[in-house]
Amino acid sequence: MAKTLSKSSAGKSPADKNAPENPGRRDFIVVASYAMGAVGAAAFAWPVINQMNPAADTLALASIEVDVSKISEGQSITIKWRGKPVFIRHRTAAEIAAADEVDLAGLRDPETDEGRVARPEFLVVLGVCTHLGCVPLGQKVGEVRGEYDGWFCPCHGSHYDSSGRIRKGPAPTNLEVPPYEFTSDAVIRIG
Amino acid sequence: MSAKQFSNPVVRWIDHRLPVFSFLDHELHEYPTPKNLNYFWNFGSLAGITLVIMIVTGIVLAMSYTPHVDHAFDSVERIMRDVNHGWLLRYIHMNGASFFFIVVYIHIFRGLYYGSYKAPRELLWMLGVVILLLMMATAFMGYVLPWGQMSFWGATVITNLFSAIPLVGDSIVTLLWGGFSVDNPTLNRFFALHYLMPFLIAGVVILHIIALHRFGSNNPIGIDASGPQDTVPFHPYYTIKDFFGLSVFLSLFAAAVFFFPNFMGHPDNYIPADPMQTPAHIVPEWYFLPFYAILRAVPDKLGGVLAMFGAIAVLFVLPWLDRSPVRSARFRPAFKIFFWLFAIDCVVLGYLGGQPAEGIYVVLSRVATVWYFLHFLVFLPLLSVFETPRPLPQSISSPVLGGGAALAGAAANAAKEKV
Ligand code: HEM
Ligand code: FES
Repeated sequence: MAKTLSKSSAGKSPADKNAPENPGRRDFIVVASYAMGAVGAAAFAWPVINQMNPAADTLALASIEVDVSKISEGQSITIKWRGKPVFIRHRTAAEIAAADEVDLAGLRDPETDEGRVARPEFLVVLGVCTHLGCVPLGQKVGEVRGEYDGWFCPCHGSHYDSSGRIRKGPAPTNLEVPPYEFTSDAVIRIG
Repeated sequence: MSAKQFSNPVVRWIDHRLPVFSFLDHELHEYPTPKNLNYFWNFGSLAGITLVIMIVTGIVLAMSYTPHVDHAFDSVERIMRDVNHGWLLRYIHMNGASFFFIVVYIHIFRGLYYGSYKAPRELLWMLGVVILLLMMATAFMGYVLPWGQMSFWGATVITNLFSAIPLVGDSIVTLLWGGFSVDNPTLNRFFALHYLMPFLIAGVVILHIIALHRFGSNNPIGIDASGPQDTVPFHPYYTIKDFFGLSVFLSLFAAAVFFFPNFMGHPDNYIPADPMQTPAHIVPEWYFLPFYAILRAVPDKLGGVLAMFGAIAVLFVLPWLDRSPVRSARFRPAFKIFFWLFAIDCVVLGYLGGQPAEGIYVVLSRVATVWYFLHFLVFLPLLSVFETPRPLPQSISSPVLGGGAALAGAAANAAKEKV
C-alpha cells in the first residue's frame, strides 16, 4: 500500500515535482508515522490501565496491632487485615510437635514449621486458601479441620496442616505468612 | 443493495438520502431464507430480543442501584421493596440472564447439530463464540453487583483464577481487584464494565448478522439453497414464525418471573457479603456449572484454569476439527450418536459442577471432562474421515415436494436457468 501511495502522490502534486522518485523514503515516513501513532496510543493506554491498580489510599492501609495474650492455648482468632482474614492460632504443644515432625520431602511446598513462625506457640497466617481464595474452615470450635488437623477449605477440598502447609487438594502453596513482628511479649504488629 | 421505490413520499425522500428503509427491506423483508427452517431457528432472534430486554431493565435498575460495598446490598433490597415496580424489573433482569443463557445454549447446540459452523460460516460461528465469552463476563460481573455472599465469593474465586498464570498472575489479580482483595474498587469497576459490555455484545451481534446475511441461514438438511424455489422471503414467513416462538418464550419467561423468580438463583445471595466467612458450599450460577466442573476436575491449579478456558477455546477451532463436508447430522449417522453423547456429557458436567468436589463426583468429573475434549479433539476429526454419510437430497425442495430427488433436482435446474 505504501508503495502505490508514494508513486501516485509523487507524480501528481506540483510541490512534489522536484522530489526524487524515492519510494524508500516515502515508506520510511509512513512507517515512522505508524510507529509514532503506536507509541502515542501505548503512552495513553498505560494510565488508562494503571488506574485500575490499587490507589494510594488503598496502599496506605495501615498495619494493625493485636494483643495475643488473650488467646488461650488451643484457641484461634480471626482478625481483618487489608480486607482479608488473618488466622492467629495459639497452638498446643502437641500441634507444634506434629508440625515439626513432618517429613519435608513429602510436602508440595516444603517449608519447615520453624521458618513459618516467630514463636512456635503462635501461628499467624492469612486465612486465604492459596487455591482460589476462599476462607478455610477450622477456626471455630467444632468446624472441620481437615485430615491434617489444621484447616480445610470447603470450596474445592484443600487440606492444610497445623503449620498451615498444604497437604492435600488443589491449592499449590502453603497458607501465606504475612509480615509481622512481636512488638512486646503480648502484642504483634501485622503489616 | 438495490434502492427500492417506496410509495410513501416521505419515506422515499429520506431513503434517497439515508437508505435505512432500503436496508431494512433488503435484510428483513425480501431477505431470502431457506423454506425448511424448523423451530430451532427461532433462537437467534430470541437471543437478540433477550439482549434488548436485559439492556432496558439494566439501565432502569442502574437508576436506583448504588455500586458501593456499604450500600449495594441495601440498594438492591430497596429496589425490591420500595422502588415502583422495582421487584418486577429486577426479577426480569435476574431471570433474564438465565433465559439468555438457555436461549444461547440451545442456539449453539442447534449449530453443532446442523453443522452451521462449517464453511462458509466459520467467522459467523467464531463471532458467536466471542458473544458467548462476552455474555459470560457480563453475567459474572452482574452477579457481583447485589453484593451477597455468592456475589462476593464467586468474584473471589473467579478473579483468583488469573493468579494461576505464571509470573504475572498475581499482578493481574491485583489489577482486577484494585486492592488486596475483592473490595469496593472491585465492585465499582465491575459495575462500570457490566454497564459497558452489553453494548459491546450488541456490536458483535451486528457483525454476527452481517456475516449471517452474507450466505444466509443454514437449514436442517444442511445443503445450500439452489435457487428461489428453495427460499421464501423473510417477511412475513419468518417474522410470523419468530413472533409465535417469541410468545411461547415470553410465556415461559413470565411464568418464571412471576411464579418462581428465585428458582434459578441461590438463597445465599440474599445474605450480605462477608469477607471473613466463605459459605460452606459455593457454586456459580447454573450456566457456568459445566465449566466449573471442568475447572475442579483437574487436580492442578494452572491445569484446571487452562482446561476451563480451553473448553471454550476449542469451539473457536471447531470448523477445522470437523472436516466432514456434510453439515447436517441428519445425514451423519455416527456423528449423530456422538452429538447426543456430547450433549449428555455437558448436562452431566453441569450436574457435577453443582456437587461438592469430593469422592465419586471428582472421578465422574474427570471422566466427563476427558470425554468433552475427546469429542472435539479426537472423535470429530476421526469421524470426518471414517464416517460414510447418507446420500444428500438434490435440493431443499426435493424432500419437501416428495417427488423424488431427480424430479426436484430437474425442477431446480430449470428454475435456475430461468433466473
Ligand atoms: C448481556 C446483558 C446482561 C446480562 C447477561 C446481565 C446479567 C446480570 C445479572 C446475572 C445480574 C445479577 C442479578 C441478581 O442476582 O440480582 C445483574 C445485575 C445488574 N445489572 Fe445486569 N446484565 C446485562 C445487562 C445490563 C445492562 C445493560 C445494565 C445497565 C446498566 C445492567 C445493570 C445491572 C444492575 C444495576 C444490576 C444490579 C441490580 C440487581 O442485582 O438486580 N445489566 N445483571
Ligand atoms: S479455594 Fe480453597 S480449595 Fe479452592
